[in-house]
Amino acid sequence: MQNKSTRALYLIPYGAWILLFVIAPIALVVYYSLFNIHGDLTLANYRAFFSSIYLELTLSSFWYAFLITLFSLLIAYPTAYFLTKTKNKQLWLLLIIIPSWINLLLKTYAFIGIFGQYGPINAFFAAIGIGSTQLLFTDFSFIFVSVYIFIPFMILPIFNAIDRLNPALIDASRDLGASPWTTFRKVILPLTMNGVKSGIQVTFIPALSLFMITRLIAGNKVITLGTAIEQQFLVTQNWGMGSTIAVFLILFMFIIMLFTGQKEKGGASVGKTK
Amino acid sequence: MGKQSNIQKFFLTIVFIILYAPIFFLIFYSFNSNGTMSSFESFTWEHYAAVFEDTRLIMIVFNTVIVALLSALVSTAVGVLGALAIVYLKNRKLRNTLLSLNNVLIVSPDVIIGASFLILFTAVGVRLGFASVLISHIAFSIPIVVLMVLPKLLEMSDSLIDAARDLGASGRDVLTRVIIPYIKPGIFAGFFLALTYSLDDFAVTFFVTGNGFSTLSVEIYSMARAGITLTINALSGLIFIVTVGLVLVYYALNRRNRTPVTGVKK
Repeated sequence: MQNKSTRALYLIPYGAWILLFVIAPIALVVYYSLFNIHGDLTLANYRAFFSSIYLELTLSSFWYAFLITLFSLLIAYPTAYFLTKTKNKQLWLLLIIIPSWINLLLKTYAFIGIFGQYGPINAFFAAIGIGSTQLLFTDFSFIFVSVYIFIPFMILPIFNAIDRLNPALIDASRDLGASPWTTFRKVILPLTMNGVKSGIQVTFIPALSLFMITRLIAGNKVITLGTAIEQQFLVTQNWGMGSTIAVFLILFMFIIMLFTGQKEKGGASVGKTK
Repeated sequence: MGKQSNIQKFFLTIVFIILYAPIFFLIFYSFNSNGTMSSFESFTWEHYAAVFEDTRLIMIVFNTVIVALLSALVSTAVGVLGALAIVYLKNRKLRNTLLSLNNVLIVSPDVIIGASFLILFTAVGVRLGFASVLISHIAFSIPIVVLMVLPKLLEMSDSLIDAARDLGASGRDVLTRVIIPYIKPGIFAGFFLALTYSLDDFAVTFFVTGNGFSTLSVEIYSMARAGITLTINALSGLIFIVTVGLVLVYYALNRRNRTPVTGVKK
């Protein structure tokens, strides 16, 4: 046991970090959201946010994030499940994770070539007689690339949850006469729900705020909350409006965290710790 | 559980192909003398040569690595102290509050972190550039280090510390000879994650970097917006090799570190 003063010393740098980089930035965003572009104190930004333009933007942003999360989950869950059954599962998991370590920008850039006018997909379409179509700058390409980016992040927590599952429970369920589907629905899925929840959390929240993929892949066709914030801060230089959108994004984030939060210590996103 | 069925193998294979195809697609065309990402003409190293001749690009790579190493080092130090501080807090409520605050930056979208840090730096008067980028990277890497170190600290049994105490170790000895060696795998994991967070970051850097300073992600973004340049492809080939190398090193280290721990537990 160490004495109190050394312990207090540990708290100083960390506490300073929390104050400066967690609390202060959020407070500043809220503060700036109360000013218009001329620096007057006003609630006009909030009124503007509830106008049809921004509400529509928010809705469509949620819709895209929902689709991205859904498709990622549909691919990631079976992948994670099958992975846990492979022989060298840690190695296979590592192989799945490696692409997520490659710079995001590079992967997105690759799709500019793949979906391009003369890219392999269009060449394939031409070969089977569909003829080349405009793939880049469409909703489809945006969702595809986003799902591609998020799959590994979705797989990881689900894999950990399934991996921690006691196989005896599945055997028991089988022995008691449950079909594989019933076993999945009543035993496996409920017990791995925490992994699914953290997967949704790490996908849905970033998907709401993507701006790089929208710019590079979707052109200006898809506008998300993230694109809007970037636009207001770096292009229009209207920090007040940008902060207002950010305030709502932070609110949404807390709501999502509330829904996908878990009681278990550490959380599945931390990985296998015990 | 039964053996792997063919459907499962097929499914996994498809996922693997989809995950790796874009990366190999990029690398494949980095050898294309044609200069496009569509028709392969003939093999060339010229794009790789272009990467090494571009001194500006080399400087940017250098900047990126420096920022990553420095931010990982500092955030690991602060993160370990933070984890220790959290563990020593006896007040449950305060502890949970700290943990929630810790996780805010992990779940926050990059755009929010970038925008709010931009406001912060402007309000405080930090000039945008190397300093602002480095500080932001340190700030968003700290919580992940805490999350990596904390479970190790929590699973450590108190009797280890008591034993050290009874044998006459000072507070400092307990920290450097008992606690730190025990939580070392967590510290390593935190450091590596901080490193990759920094190397991979685009959005936050994009917001807080000024005109004079650029990291690789930001540079690739502006290059990609301008259109296809096979220099980026060559760069991605190099980055892929380095990444795989790093992952293997990390995997090897992790394995070596993990063996004794599990050995004791079983």
